[in-house]
Amino acid sequence: MQKNVLIGIVAVIILVLGILLVGPYLQPKTETVTQTLATTITTATTVTTSTDTTILQTTSITVTQPTTTPKSIMLNGAGASFPYPLLSTMIVQYNKIYPHVMINYQSIGSGGGIRQHTNKTVDFAASDAPLNEDQRKAAPDTLHIPITIGCVVVAYNLPNVPKGLKLTGELVAEIFLGNVKKWNDPLIANLNPGIQLPDKEIIVVHRSDGSGTTFVFTSYLSMVSPEWNSKVGKGTAVQWPIGLGAAGNEGVAGVVRGTPYTIGYVELAYALQTKMNYAYLKNRDGYFVEPTLNSTAAAAEALSPSLPKGDESWEKVSLLNAPGKDSYPIVSFSYILVYKELSVLPKMDKEKAFELVKFLWWAIHDGQNYAPNLQYVPLPKSVISLNEETLRTITFNGQKMLG
Amino acid sequence: MSVDDVFKYFVGLISFLSVLTLFLMVLELFRYSLPVLSLKFIFGINWNPVAGSEEYGILPYILGTIVTSTIAMIVGVPISLGIAIYLSEMAPNFIRKTLSFVIELLAAVPSVIYGLWGLFIFRFWVKDFIEEPLSKYLGFLPIFEGEPFGLDILTAGLILAIMIIPTVSSVSREVLMAVPNSQREAVYSLGATKWEVIKVGVLSYAKSGLVGASILGLGRAVGETMAVTMVIGNAVGPSALPTSLFKAGQTMASLIANEFNEADPTTLHPNALIGVGLILFVLALTINLLAQVMVWRILKIKEGTVE
Repeated sequence: MQKNVLIGIVAVIILVLGILLVGPYLQPKTETVTQTLATTITTATTVTTSTDTTILQTTSITVTQPTTTPKSIMLNGAGASFPYPLLSTMIVQYNKIYPHVMINYQSIGSGGGIRQHTNKTVDFAASDAPLNEDQRKAAPDTLHIPITIGCVVVAYNLPNVPKGLKLTGELVAEIFLGNVKKWNDPLIANLNPGIQLPDKEIIVVHRSDGSGTTFVFTSYLSMVSPEWNSKVGKGTAVQWPIGLGAAGNEGVAGVVRGTPYTIGYVELAYALQTKMNYAYLKNRDGYFVEPTLNSTAAAAEALSPSLPKGDESWEKVSLLNAPGKDSYPIVSFSYILVYKELSVLPKMDKEKAFELVKFLWWAIHDGQNYAPNLQYVPLPKSVISLNEETLRTITFNGQKMLG
Repeated sequence: MSVDDVFKYFVGLISFLSVLTLFLMVLELFRYSLPVLSLKFIFGINWNPVAGSEEYGILPYILGTIVTSTIAMIVGVPISLGIAIYLSEMAPNFIRKTLSFVIELLAAVPSVIYGLWGLFIFRFWVKDFIEEPLSKYLGFLPIFEGEPFGLDILTAGLILAIMIIPTVSSVSREVLMAVPNSQREAVYSLGATKWEVIKVGVLSYAKSGLVGASILGLGRAVGETMAVTMVIGNAVGPSALPTSLFKAGQTMASLIANEFNEADPTTLHPNALIGVGLILFVLALTINLLAQVMVWRILKIKEGTVE
């Protein structure tokens, strides 16, 4: 009796293992009948620009679409956590319009996104920092597609001091270097006459995890402070001279909100959602600017004419310290990274490639409508047309995906 | 070959696979961390992942791990022993059964829950009721230097103490229960009080098992990641050196948890983090081996295989 049970168990295990091992080879090869047929997609897009004018933009693109009954398609993306709320909203809405396209985005951080992109394990990646020369060499022919614009605010917790403390970039660097130690330091007091500043030590809060937000913030400090540039430098993780670290935007927001006399940096969306007090920063033209969607868009608009093409190096691109009266100084793009020739991805096929490009096209047009409600800045028109150019260059086995 | 043999080889194979996994893990950790392994890696204090000026030294995190675990041991072990002694020697039967069960349940609470509780509630208690009085009256001592803010090495150590109590107390209870009754009876027959029985008859007999139980707790404290990361303050580089209990620090485990996601693969940053993992692995493995050996010894005494 027992022996029979044993035989049964072993047989079942062997059977299961066998199926697992051989299964993938037994699947019937599906004959993919691809008829090329010209389909026209019309996208009507409403883009809100910084000046709050509404432009109705109608774009027609002709695409070669392989037609049979729509086969369900799975696209995988991974990367930055900053655009995640926006991307996931876009993905949900897109799935409502095209139910056969399933998109999966893992918010694992910009570095992880770049790693997976380089290893070719995802169909697209998102990163807050553009690829540097070494990374470009490791992942040749990568296209940069700005998908939204981020803004980093300097938030603080000072009892009885509302938002709007005036700070300069140099002063923020001094505070984060530990050179300015007290809230009533003359350097802060002189910029803020009339505000009662406490005689308390400044507690600096930074991100403990590697982060695109840190990259943007430290890049700005390196730009405005030579001492920061030589002592600390810029990166997704740096050697912070002082302060305590918290994980994620929500972690920094939590510590700053819970602890008086702290100062930290978070994405604008988090500061607005958690109603933190934040500083007005002095911009390149000498104005103290409140971080808002409009002042962020103003910075992007001011610098968009000088942007490179999608397949060029974006390493030098920076929206930091942009000129213009209304431009907030700590602003950056968040990018989608895709390969120009999609057939380099081992799991890519023509249908998937087509659906990917179609989704990205939708994301830079209709998808932008979801940005303002989520406290993201929609792309300015000039950036959208640059992205259109970039998307048109994407190919699969040399064949263009967009006509 | 009979069916029994087939089964024997099959489960044998599965057991060896787990040993193989351990071996491969060490191999891979070693392989990836090779480019950074050096004396400077272990004794350096700078941690700079910025491309171009890279430098990796993990001394502050080794010290951070040691200091937080030590606090956990100093606070957690006496409490755990007290619990174990009460449960095995003094508690009435029904209390013993319920309490033991509840304490073992505590060991199953996920560490992130402790971490969240630490971040939102516990750190304010530590700050208001422990750190501020200490800073006020003993602030002249270097280890209590600085403005307390509740996210620091002391809070991390105390959270760890709370987390190791269930492990240490339940293993200690097992060890104490394993002490043969003849020990107690012998001491009683000499006219000893309850306390003397526990001291002479039970504790001295179970010593190595209790040390083993504590070391098991130490093993948990050393490797604990999530809860520590949430309350330790996560400083990096020289500012993470644990010179004062009221300073933000960093342990090896929390450093890996913090930085691995975003480590740039074109730099040595991931290799350095894997190197931290290797050192942590070696440390945790040694601690666990030590504990296993000691607990085994006492449990064998009960079976009468060891003198």
